[in-house]
Amino acid sequence: MKAAVITFPGSNCDRDLALALTAAGAEVHRVWHKDSALPEGIDLVGVPGGFSFGDYLRCGAIAAQSPIGAAVRAHAARGGYVLGICNGFQVLTEMALLPGVLMRNAGLKFICKPVGLEVAEAQSAFTAGWGKGDSISLPVAHHDGNYNADAATLDRLEGEGRVAFRYLDNPNGSARDIAGILSENRRVLGMMPHPERAVDPAQGSADGSVLFRSLVAGLVAA
Amino acid sequence: MTEPAITPELIAAHGLKPDEWERLLGIIGREPTFTELGIFSAMWNEHCSYKSSKKWLRTLPTTGPQVICGPGENAGVVDIGDGQAVIFKMESHNHPSYIEPYQGAATGVGGILRDVFTMGARPIAAMNALSFGEPSHPKTAHLVKGVVEGVGGYGNAFGVPTVGGEVRFHRSYNGNCLVNAFAAGLADADRIFYSVASGVGMPVVYLGAKTGRDGVGGATMASAEFDDTIEEKRPTVQVGDPFTEKRLLEACLELMASGAVISIQDMGAAGLTCSAVEMGDKGGLGIKLQLDDVPQREANMTAYEMMLSESQERMLMVLKPELEDVARAIFVKWDLDFAIVGETIPEDRFLILHGDQVKADLPLSKLSSSAPEYDRPWVETPPAAPLGEVPQIGAIDALRALIGSPSYAHKSWVWEQYDSQVMADTIRVPGLGAGVVRVHGTGKALAFTSDVTPRYVKANPFEGGKQAVAEAYRNLTAVGARPLATTDNLNFGNPEKPEIMGQLVGAIKGIGAACTALDMPIVSGNVSLYNETDGKGILPTPTIGAVGLLDSTADLIAGQPQAGDIALVIGETAGHLGQSALLAEAFGIEAGDAPSVDLEAEKRHGDFLRAMRGHIRAATDLSDGGLALAAFEMAEGAGLGLILDAGDIPTLFGEDQARYLLAVSAEGAAVIEAAALTTPVPVQRVGLFGGDSVTLGTDAAPLAELSGLYRSALARAIGG
Repeated sequence: MKAAVITFPGSNCDRDLALALTAAGAEVHRVWHKDSALPEGIDLVGVPGGFSFGDYLRCGAIAAQSPIGAAVRAHAARGGYVLGICNGFQVLTEMALLPGVLMRNAGLKFICKPVGLEVAEAQSAFTAGWGKGDSISLPVAHHDGNYNADAATLDRLEGEGRVAFRYLDNPNGSARDIAGILSENRRVLGMMPHPERAVDPAQGSADGSVLFRSLVAGLVAA
Repeated sequence: MTEPAITPELIAAHGLKPDEWERLLGIIGREPTFTELGIFSAMWNEHCSYKSSKKWLRTLPTTGPQVICGPGENAGVVDIGDGQAVIFKMESHNHPSYIEPYQGAATGVGGILRDVFTMGARPIAAMNALSFGEPSHPKTAHLVKGVVEGVGGYGNAFGVPTVGGEVRFHRSYNGNCLVNAFAAGLADADRIFYSVASGVGMPVVYLGAKTGRDGVGGATMASAEFDDTIEEKRPTVQVGDPFTEKRLLEACLELMASGAVISIQDMGAAGLTCSAVEMGDKGGLGIKLQLDDVPQREANMTAYEMMLSESQERMLMVLKPELEDVARAIFVKWDLDFAIVGETIPEDRFLILHGDQVKADLPLSKLSSSAPEYDRPWVETPPAAPLGEVPQIGAIDALRALIGSPSYAHKSWVWEQYDSQVMADTIRVPGLGAGVVRVHGTGKALAFTSDVTPRYVKANPFEGGKQAVAEAYRNLTAVGARPLATTDNLNFGNPEKPEIMGQLVGAIKGIGAACTALDMPIVSGNVSLYNETDGKGILPTPTIGAVGLLDSTADLIAGQPQAGDIALVIGETAGHLGQSALLAEAFGIEAGDAPSVDLEAEKRHGDFLRAMRGHIRAATDLSDGGLALAAFEMAEGAGLGLILDAGDIPTLFGEDQARYLLAVSAEGAAVIEAAALTTPVPVQRVGLFGGDSVTLGTDAAPLAELSGLYRSALARAIGG
């Protein structure tokens, strides 16, 4: 399985995402945001956490206009897989690859702590390693993780089984406790919690490794 | 543009005392230009010159087999084996943070990160030691919220985990909060970059963000006492941009790897002036700058403003000329400014040109080497009067008084606003004792702590100075680490007052004694004086930042107690209540002497704990708040109750030093007790972890009630 991890100038989880994918068995290529093309034969594009352009306009808004953006959109349009974590989730909503927005946390403060999550949907390459309804723990670290969309969109996400993760104790005000969502074809996942920071028990949780392993296994099989 | 005439008022406004003015005239043999006056003022203020403290700082132990580079560079460099080094420093940003808390704290973090990556290290951990006034003071809540948000806002975006720190509240900080920022980075020991320039005619390159008028005169402001004109000083506070800093980090590390860098220096206090002088001075060279080539953010900036601007996220470098294209391409990649603004020259000269005018022409070596140095008069702090009668209080009420006070309440309100896990190597998060991060890609880890008990230092500067180092030693030991080295951030009042100077001298002597005895040399540091408002000084606060090494992550004591674990105390409990947290928080009594610190016992007990680490589930040092507070914190963090056998206040809340609390299984306790028999180390069973209530002797309360108080007190105190 070949993965590309994008680096924007303010990305700061790109190394960690690349390492987590490598550890799960992926062949990882690092891609600079000023590049206009992805390497040949990429199965998965990882859009990492961080502060892509300082989050000065709106988180992810400038990154969505980066030269590499068009290539990521084309990859998704071809049915390629995309994983956006934290700032990467914000970028994917700004690129309109996923619906909704991530607003400032309801408490108006940055929050870094481990959170409990429910795996709300196991039918995707990202979540197939879990059973639906499993409880897991992953860290969050964000200022703008308050997911929202209009009621019709939220209903649709829920009705189509596209809510991948829900918070067990909502830390940021997200509508319907949503922590991560899938695209219509279930090949684009955006999530605020950081699975790449939870791949080794020494980090406090290894639950994140399930995501990377099932993703790599699923894509190798496909 | 006409420049102001040099008048006695202008000289005084630049912080130069009459004797310093005479000294200046003696050096240059004429009256300075306005720009030159600004340059001298920047180089000679307390913040840059350490003129009041230098004599005493020289007495500190700064060497050891582990030390690669001690004080004098941007940060200290310490060997961690396998060809790698940890590079670290702590620095204050007190005055800017009081004036403008968010930006003051943010740029404090930015400055210390630059100090670390200027030397070629990638920052891997940060800490913050914060001291605020009483929560009821009208400014405190605003300062706490702004400072914490500023620390997080900068460090989180930059991408360094904040893994530790301190937060305290005391009325002496009402008009003068303290913000002490620590950063540590990792580099290959043979690829450290220094500030010493070499070679004549080498290009001097300006890197990073553009120069604006922000922070002009900041270093001079930081060396002044505050009074009611403070609002007028707001424009001297810089504005931080962590996004630019992150790009500057990546660009600098790429640049260093390219081999193009001869020397490099960040522009911190006194910006272009201080960085250029330092590089020239260390290399025995002169520097010529053409200010027209400095990237500028604002129109019509004067030479004076450019030389004194403290705009953030800037570096100055001496470049290998043949690699200019390579270097420039790296900065273009990261969309940062890159401009050749001058060159090294053979003569001892600091020559500043703007347009066709000479704005400054000074003997460069004299700017730092001839800075005034004072042997300020000082008086020894008189011995503290003995502690009188202690008021009666029940054991649980005493615990409530502590855990319900903002200084000893749970601090998650603070540290959950900091990203403690970015870089994915954090293996012990903030909360209790030292933070630990893995040395990326190896089996090793580094532990970080910051400590001081200002009440002790005020009562007894020598013992208080020792105690700050000893507590840092214990916090590193309690996670299983071997203490390596220390950075000190000395925050004191006005050194022109002999009693304040006496506190500084006493504390430095104590710190030196402890660093020597515990083999934790001082490798970097910072002095912040004049922390006074309207003539009232802060509690003397020499913050100690310390780093320890775990040769293997398997040595980490990270665990939590389990139900049924035995509580063991290592060390002697005598019940010292003088200057204790309990008396201060429960009764407002700050009396008696500080506890004395037996450095040999500290060493012995620390070595014993490390030898026993395989048998320990959890460990913490005993410091302010004593056994009861430490045991409560350890149990509560694991969601457990506890029983301590002792019910008397001195045993529960006394602050005797050289002690640790361990949580161990029955088998572990037997092993440790047997081992202790062959050493002079006292080991005592003091209680049990488990259950859902907290029992101190015969007094008890439900864990849930105490936990609720403990976890809500800080937010409630500051209207969080």
